[in-house]
Amino acid sequence: MARAHVTTTINGDVVDFLCEADQTLLSALRDELRMTGTKEGCGTGDCGACSVTIDGRLVCSCLVLAVEVEGKAIDTIEGMADGENLHPLQKKFLEHAALQCGICTPGILIAARSLLERNPDPSETEIRYWLAGNLCRCTGYHKIVEAVLDAAREMRS
Amino acid sequence: MKPPPFKYHDPRTVAETVELLARNENAKILAGGQSLMPMLNMRYVQPDHVIDINRVEGLSYIREAGGRLEIGAMTRQREIEYADLVARRAPIVREAILNVGHRQTRNRGTLGGSLSHLDPAAELPLVSAALEATVHVQGPKGKRDIAMAEFPAGYMSPSIELDEMVIGVTLPVWPDGHGYGFVEFSRRHGDFAIVAAAVLLDVEAGGKIKRASVTVGGVGPSPVRCRDAEKALTGEKGAEAAFRAAAETCRTIDAMEDVYAPAWYRQHLATVMTRRAMVAAFGRAANAR
Amino acid sequence: MAGDLLGKPIPRIEDRPLLTGRGRFVDDIHLPGMVHAAIVRSPLAHARLRGLHRGRAAAVEGVVAILAAADLEPHLATTTLSVGLPSKAYRLVVDRPVLATDEVRYVGEPVAIIIARSRYIAEDAAALVDLDLEPLPAVSDARLALRPEAPRAHSGAATNVVAEFTMAYGDLDGAFASAAHIVRTSLLQHRGVSHPIECRGAVGHYDAVQDCLVLWSSTQAPHSHARMLVKLLGCDENRVRVVSPDVGGGFGPKLVFYQEDILVALAARIVGAPVKWIEDRREHFMATTQERDQHWDMEIAADATGRILGVRGHMIHDHGAYTARGINLAQNSAQIVPGVYRVPAYELRVTLALTNRVPVSPVRGAGHPQGAFAMERLLDRVAQELGLDRAEVRRRNLIPPEALPYRLPIKTRGGTEMIYDSGDYPACQAAALAAIDYDGFRARQATARAEGRYLGVGIANYMKGTGRGPFESVTIRVGPSGRVSIYSGATAIGQGTKTMLAQICADAIGVDVARITVVTGDTGTIALGHGAASSRQAVNAGTSVHLAALAVRHKLLQAAAIHLEADATDLEIIGGTIRVKGVPAMAVGIGELADALAGLPGYGIPGGLEPGVEASRHALFEALTFAYGTTAAEVEVDIETGAVAIRRYVVAHDSGMMINPMMVDGQILGGAAHGIGNALYEWMGYDAAAQPVTTTSAEYLVPGAPEIPRIEMVHIEIPTPHNPLGVKGVGESGTIPAAAAVVSAVEDALAPFCVRIGETPIRPTRILELIAASRR
Repeated sequence: MARAHVTTTINGDVVDFLCEADQTLLSALRDELRMTGTKEGCGTGDCGACSVTIDGRLVCSCLVLAVEVEGKAIDTIEGMADGENLHPLQKKFLEHAALQCGICTPGILIAARSLLERNPDPSETEIRYWLAGNLCRCTGYHKIVEAVLDAAREMRS
Repeated sequence: MKPPPFKYHDPRTVAETVELLARNENAKILAGGQSLMPMLNMRYVQPDHVIDINRVEGLSYIREAGGRLEIGAMTRQREIEYADLVARRAPIVREAILNVGHRQTRNRGTLGGSLSHLDPAAELPLVSAALEATVHVQGPKGKRDIAMAEFPAGYMSPSIELDEMVIGVTLPVWPDGHGYGFVEFSRRHGDFAIVAAAVLLDVEAGGKIKRASVTVGGVGPSPVRCRDAEKALTGEKGAEAAFRAAAETCRTIDAMEDVYAPAWYRQHLATVMTRRAMVAAFGRAANAR
Repeated sequence: MAGDLLGKPIPRIEDRPLLTGRGRFVDDIHLPGMVHAAIVRSPLAHARLRGLHRGRAAAVEGVVAILAAADLEPHLATTTLSVGLPSKAYRLVVDRPVLATDEVRYVGEPVAIIIARSRYIAEDAAALVDLDLEPLPAVSDARLALRPEAPRAHSGAATNVVAEFTMAYGDLDGAFASAAHIVRTSLLQHRGVSHPIECRGAVGHYDAVQDCLVLWSSTQAPHSHARMLVKLLGCDENRVRVVSPDVGGGFGPKLVFYQEDILVALAARIVGAPVKWIEDRREHFMATTQERDQHWDMEIAADATGRILGVRGHMIHDHGAYTARGINLAQNSAQIVPGVYRVPAYELRVTLALTNRVPVSPVRGAGHPQGAFAMERLLDRVAQELGLDRAEVRRRNLIPPEALPYRLPIKTRGGTEMIYDSGDYPACQAAALAAIDYDGFRARQATARAEGRYLGVGIANYMKGTGRGPFESVTIRVGPSGRVSIYSGATAIGQGTKTMLAQICADAIGVDVARITVVTGDTGTIALGHGAASSRQAVNAGTSVHLAALAVRHKLLQAAAIHLEADATDLEIIGGTIRVKGVPAMAVGIGELADALAGLPGYGIPGGLEPGVEASRHALFEALTFAYGTTAAEVEVDIETGAVAIRRYVVAHDSGMMINPMMVDGQILGGAAHGIGNALYEWMGYDAAAQPVTTTSAEYLVPGAPEIPRIEMVHIEIPTPHNPLGVKGVGESGTIPAAAAVVSAVEDALAPFCVRIGETPIRPTRILELIAASRR
């Protein structure tokens, strides 16, 4: 079967790639483009480790076919920091040690950024519910919530 | 957990989609993908053809016409969640959506997809049944309308032909100031409900219930309208005992049973969820105060 | 400056790459020419394997190889994975075959490996392999397995009893004969899967240039993996290298050497290309070891004041279909029952039953949660029997601080004494009670009851032998670059191990943390190691680093003294420089010294010192150091739905001196969340035919952010005398008391119904059943 040709914008750069029709966006990012920051945790949309945004909307990249993103803008963890300057969320995660093994962290950062874009002053409860689709086995979520609250505070000021 | 091989189609119109459905055996429509993609990843379904309708024109809209709300099949759950029109005219739909999956899946999942997948515990088929929606489908022979009550043919099976697709839904609107309650029980936030209940109440001045709609999901193979409960509520004035008695009628619904929840538990939750939804609905009704 | 870093919450050195998508987990490894594996697994719990037909699978375009047991045998020195920790208690030797040959014994057991150009193709082909299976009766429940008429999990075996032992001390008969009160309870304790967000995975690469087989594996124990590979392949140690890259959480089961580890390594050699296999989430529920079921029948004897006289009982432990680690899990459960309490006489008979389910091995807590749960349930029963407050019953039985060190007349699995080394158990319990306002609770409860709401409070104490030896290897080396390298057999799986080691090293030498690189989990860089398990690395590797760093510091000062012609006692190490105190101009960089001590051909080493600036240590630990603590939970039970919401949750604990309090917090918080999952949500279900019924992350309920409460912590720091840092382990502490505390709280909330709960997880349906039963 002929491979499909897809043109997208990823983290602001126009990117072309070839993929199979049955390949997920997650697999295309990781296996075709070698952008391995986005992780696979479950393959059923239950854990959020593969979270990216498509046209600014938070999605699970394991539940999107790569061919569906033709002409779309994708944002992944690799584009979150500005060179060596960390995004405030990344900075606060570092300060609070809001990560342990780090496998869920890219997805959680992408999800948290999308929350703060919509709601710059979320409550603890709003953060917990917004992140309900992102499982973490290491942290017990406590410091993740703290780091998001702190980042929101900093981004508002 | 990788999708099996299939041929991918990318139509631009409903007519083209329907033609592809008619021409190709073992084809699946890919809408938001939030049910189909996990099933593909798990290889629970192995279609030879996947027809992606994300680029089909004219299927994403929320509008009011003739006192009814019309929502296109490809309208994302998120659009419905944030639509003022929905919040004003059919607030129970927004209430229900808040319980649908997670942020990630709501951004992608569609109304048409949810109806076509027809999970017995899914929120959107449930409120569609509660509101007595009309489902619009299109096939090679043209369009037809199916009342939501007739839409489920069985467990996870809509009564549409293999070459038909859902193109939109019309939701009747309840009068301004009506009461609505959507309550569900799931183990974790965002999980499919074990049992969910949707209640709509039209309360007249003085606090008397003029009309009631009571529907439960997750109990039977598709949403169940609880006519006995509705009858019991009509004419009542919102006393706790009345809600309790009306809700109790839900205990006899034929219930599914699986390793996660026995039938008695689903029946029991049906009484609890409907009662709580009645209380919420009555509390929201303008004339109840 | 030396001595100013321990106890400081410094940021973790692991985090920057992880935060920016530059982590290197096993699935992130890509090698040129790499091919991908999928495993053909048994769909049945027990069946005779009569044949395997490749048929259409071999014809799928892109398939490189399909390998079954017979294809591998010529390459293997032995075809079974004999990994069981030694014990006299075994009755059966049930090692896993590399691939099943004539019988399959659990759903998910590997039967063949498919190598293909992509994982997609490998899975396409795997679906086309035709297994000729003749179903055999399966045994699913450990209790049923022990009935004489039960089918055998291994056809032809005389029994399903894989091991049995008794742990006992004291005059039990006397205790029970003289008791004012005897209370019995039966418990069904279930713990599920580990569910790290990263499943397992491995990349095998045969490096022809070096004639070395390299295996990157998402493992907690690369050194024992390398030992197994050497044994299986019958090769020299220097022909195998195992590397544990970034690991996305371990929680126990990643300690185990699995069939896939050898399959991937061997396949890479057979097909002549690097091979990657990544476990998917469904496989995680069918191929990675789990903890599962223990059935306890317990009895406690108490005097009229509630003092414990003796505890006895029998426990049946579900071992799964094979021995994947040993009997250590059941041993841990048994030996920790007395815990922080004075128990004058004790006996637990333990029977380990084979079932046709995934093999069992420790998950975070490793049997300790069950031991604690058993004891804590018994104490709640004593309180109920005597009409005493539950905290008061515990207080009366806690071992007082003046009784420490306290020798429990039980031996560890290695035969060493169990000696509780240090702590203050009553103070810890009191701290937890104060933090949750235990005294004010009854008023809160009464107010809520008046509103028709059911609140409950529960407490549980725990004990955990941490820092299991024998040692962890460490080498510290200062290079001419001026950078300090730490090599250790310790393995970093997300706990912050690298930061912990760097922090101890920086503190001892006096250099900046930024100057230190930590290399862990690579058998190519250090000969010996044991890895991440048993809350052991801070004690074992931490102490080795501390001692090695002191030796390196001494060497640096010696060399600097010669270089600067000063007395070593007049020198200080600041950052990467050694200088004469008060004379900043008289200074030398540590890199310069390392350069000098690396020597030049024909020239002597300055001062006749030993060459190089490095030190290796393997601090030996025979004794465990005992961490302990108290958890208190306040819950609300919805008696209409059976839902339990945790309103407040307090952990008071003593893990000795904290190296990095921020990381200690993380261990406690994450451990508690895991324990809350075990208490309320996580259930690895099997049906009567031993088919798993929870095989997705939608069906197996790992709690999310809305389900986990804000957790409050009280840190008590009483140093252990067993190591110079005074540290005890903390990795499993949060998990151990969680289920006991939560279930106690639920029971308290349901006190009006006199409900007794003896199971985990306690699920809504069960809560409603218990309430209904009490009303009948």
